Amino acid sequence: MPADGHLERLKREGRIVVVGASLAGLRAAETLREEGFAGTLTMVGDEPYEPYDRPPLSKGVLLSRTTADHTALPRRRNLDADWRLGIAATGLDMAAKRVRLADGEEIEYDRLLIATGVRARPWPHEREAELDGVFVLRTRDDATALQKRLADGPRRVFVIGAGFTGSEIASACREREISVTVAERGAAPLVGALGGVVGEVAAQLQRENGVDLRTGVMVTGLEGDSAGRVRSAHLSDGSSVETDVVVVSLGATRNTEWLAGSGLGAGPRGIACDAGCRAFDIRGIVTDDIFVAGDVARSPHPLFGYQFLSLEHWGNAVSQAETAAHNMLCESVDRRPHMWVPAFWSSQFGVNIKSVGVPSMGTEILISQGSLAERRFVGVYGYQDRVIGAVTFDQARWLPFYEHLIETTAPFPPPFPTVDRRPEGARPVPADFPDPSVPTHGPTVTLSGYSPADRRMTFTPGRH
Amino acid sequence: MTQGSLLRQILEYENRHDPYPLYAELRKTPVLNDGDGAYVVSTYHEILSLLHDPRVSSDARNMTRAAGPDLQQQEEETALPPSFIRLDPPEHDRLRRMTNTSFGPPHEPRRVHEMRGELGGIVSDLIAGIGSTDRIDLVEEFSYPFPVTVICRLLGVPREDESRFHGWADTLAASLDPMPGEDATERNKIAQKARTELGMYLAGLIEERRRNPQEDMLSELATLKGPDGSMTTMELLSTAALLLIAGHETTVNLITNGMLTLLRNPDVLRRLREDPGLSVPLVEELLRFEPPVQLVPNRTTLADIEIAGVTIPKGASLWLVVAAGNRDPLRFKDPDRFDPDREDIEHLGFGSGVHSCFGAPLARQEAQIALSELARRLVNPRLLEDPPEYRRNAVLRGPRHLPIACDDIMP
Ligand SMILES: Cc1cc2nc3c(=O)[nH]c(=O)nc-3n(C[C@H](O)[C@H](O)[C@H](O)COP(=O)(O)OP(=O)(O)OC[C@H]3O[C@@H](n4cnc5c(N)ncnc54)[C@H](O)[C@@H]3O)c2cc1C
Ligand code: HEM
Repeated sequence: MPADGHLERLKREGRIVVVGASLAGLRAAETLREEGFAGTLTMVGDEPYEPYDRPPLSKGVLLSRTTADHTALPRRRNLDADWRLGIAATGLDMAAKRVRLADGEEIEYDRLLIATGVRARPWPHEREAELDGVFVLRTRDDATALQKRLADGPRRVFVIGAGFTGSEIASACREREISVTVAERGAAPLVGALGGVVGEVAAQLQRENGVDLRTGVMVTGLEGDSAGRVRSAHLSDGSSVETDVVVVSLGATRNTEWLAGSGLGAGPRGIACDAGCRAFDIRGIVTDDIFVAGDVARSPHPLFGYQFLSLEHWGNAVSQAETAAHNMLCESVDRRPHMWVPAFWSSQFGVNIKSVGVPSMGTEILISQGSLAERRFVGVYGYQDRVIGAVTFDQARWLPFYEHLIETTAPFPPPFPTVDRRPEGARPVPADFPDPSVPTHGPTVTLSGYSPADRRMTFTPGRH
Repeated sequence: MTQGSLLRQILEYENRHDPYPLYAELRKTPVLNDGDGAYVVSTYHEILSLLHDPRVSSDARNMTRAAGPDLQQQEEETALPPSFIRLDPPEHDRLRRMTNTSFGPPHEPRRVHEMRGELGGIVSDLIAGIGSTDRIDLVEEFSYPFPVTVICRLLGVPREDESRFHGWADTLAASLDPMPGEDATERNKIAQKARTELGMYLAGLIEERRRNPQEDMLSELATLKGPDGSMTTMELLSTAALLLIAGHETTVNLITNGMLTLLRNPDVLRRLREDPGLSVPLVEELLRFEPPVQLVPNRTTLADIEIAGVTIPKGASLWLVVAAGNRDPLRFKDPDRFDPDREDIEHLGFGSGVHSCFGAPLARQEAQIALSELARRLVNPRLLEDPPEYRRNAVLRGPRHLPIACDDIMP
């Protein structure tokens, strides 16, 4: 059978299953239809909701500016899909091309897209995690519950972990004039993602906004009262903090357990795939009918030494989903690589923070525009004499320029003057990232080596 | 055709009514060096990238090389410090932020939004004031007075002083648009006098508002004490003058170009009459198709910049021909077609980057209301001259007069 006849049939009457009905799953499904897929489309998602957007959960929702049920993702087109919401996929039979669901049903596929994302890493002590008042923030339900609790006016909120999500939660609390303590094991907030130089700015920002920020400490335990409500948190420096609400913000765990034993190259670090979004099996051989996109994927990036990157970025999920969907429907010569330059944004304490590239690969940083003290600046990250990433605090309009420097592997430090160059921008300084062997809890970009199906992978949860 | 002569042709008055074929010619050389003068950039992606390039300065003090052919846009000779359109960060950012706290989102979403009703009222008054429907000069009777009235209301110029304000604005606009054979020194003297009078008037008003603040923008700016401190009287004067000048001729041209384009595309005019909501995408397409600011001339390079295979040397003047970029076929499908249904419309009409038009939300509303009201109220409008007579100015391009006629004016 000629190959294109096969593809024509796939497009006309094939069966595509998408597991994970969130941002990546939805955008992929829309792209499939856009590109002419007329066959059966099944969307499997373990959450009972239609696809919704997560970034507002730690921003507008916590401020009660919107509610979690108003975060549905806008639809680009009518999908005509068979939705299996509230049902988890529990297994994969690669040989028989079947996905097993929690209700016992098995769905056959010609092409499978896995977009099961990540989930919040829970507090490791189970009994403490179950105390009333202890939250994580990943889902709509999490956000609704936390928002309600904040609206009740707790005396204090205690946030464990000052990555992006933890910092945004602290920011929302302060905006609501709720006292908040943030405990961070690193030297400053955001150090895992942006390094110590920028982390110091984030720390000042928190303190000036009235956050009780404790850095260089670990939380050793949570204590409840007789009614099972959380009452206090104990820290490694011997101190403890009275609190009615604890938000555990220790980063994420990839949703890959359901693939255990399937033979797919899936594990705690995600699912390895090639630049065309095709999943690897555990032998390191690329599959031709299983594709991966979004937070759960790790894929090689030519701009960053072909290292496998895991990106917990909204824009990455969209772009990778579109590429995966396109590649699912075409001949290998027509496939496209996923070459998205990582980009991330966050808003906290009234500041708009954006980054491009992979700052965490940087060894040095140059404040090329603006000033750290004014908290309006562009920081450029260098790695092996080239520009590898950039971050802006309230200077996002310059970012496309720096993205271009990253794309063209421009030399570092950039050898030219710019507007708004200050004395501190005269030369680079060490970017001051924590030792990568000490995992921080909340980096949103993780470099995960070169080998697609790394059997020596070890899982190091970010304990506090 | 040699390259130098192409540039001169674009500036020639006789081509003012339709520079677009020349722009198409210009785009064949995305970055064109006019001998020892300016580097002229005419393709979309190159313009966009230079507008976001921190090696490019808006500060006139960085200009060291020849600035290119005379654009008849002589710099204002005033004792005022440069306004933020001619400053780089951080001074630019500070002044723009402070001005914005009193103007637009996110700080003051009300002000522009709440002007909607007022804008409608001004438009109604102007249409009511139209004389004979046999021959209406849309520029004189409508487009021209509208934005000045709006800026007066925005700043808080008392009604009884508005006519004086119009007078100064007219003189200043005329100085941007010299008539051939006119005595340049005489013209400059008159303009200088108008500027001084306007400055003194505003200074007095600022003093008065400091003592006795009202709800208006001038009062807010005069009494502002925020994280960026306060504005000095000189800074405030520069800023107020900037708002007046940057928001005047541009908006006049947008509305006039808009009506001209609608009359050339009667099916669109008909649709707009039935659906005022069409004015939103229509104004965006206008800003692409007939942008009131044709080129952004005030940029200098702080370093050598390599772009489109050309190295623009440090200290060079840049002309970013946004009107040519807006019709770049590498960016817009079928670019010479006026199509208000276009979905992908990130035009360069308001510039881009840190200097992107400050008044854009206001300008959009003004044009949307003006065009939808004109479409609704003028019965069977038609052009009496096509092309109409243009102003000489090649940068702020637009008709000097737009004679039209209609059968009646609806209430
Ligand atoms: C609070 C918060 C704030 C954020 N803010 C930002 C931000 O400001 N900027 C930014 O760039 N990014 C932000 N992000 C990250 C961004 O939301 C993610 O990158 C994006 O949601 C990834 O989409 P995804 O579809 O890959 O994964 P997810 O959104 O994680 O979706 C995966 C879906 O699959 C489901 N699933 C998992 N396992 C199974 C299974 N076995 N069977 C069926 N379904 C399954 C999950 O329940 C989930 O619904 C934020 C995330 C959170 C949680
Ligand atoms: C249709 C109408 C308008 C058009 C086409 C227009 C276009 C532009 C353009 C292209 C720029 C960028 C200049 C540069 O990059 O150097 C600009 C800047 C500016 N415009 Fe407008 N403008 C319009 C209306 C207005 C109005 C109504 C106001 C005031 C209320 C205004 C105020 C400004 C200011 C203050 C700047 C300088 C911004 C800065 O330097 O940060 N404009 N405009």
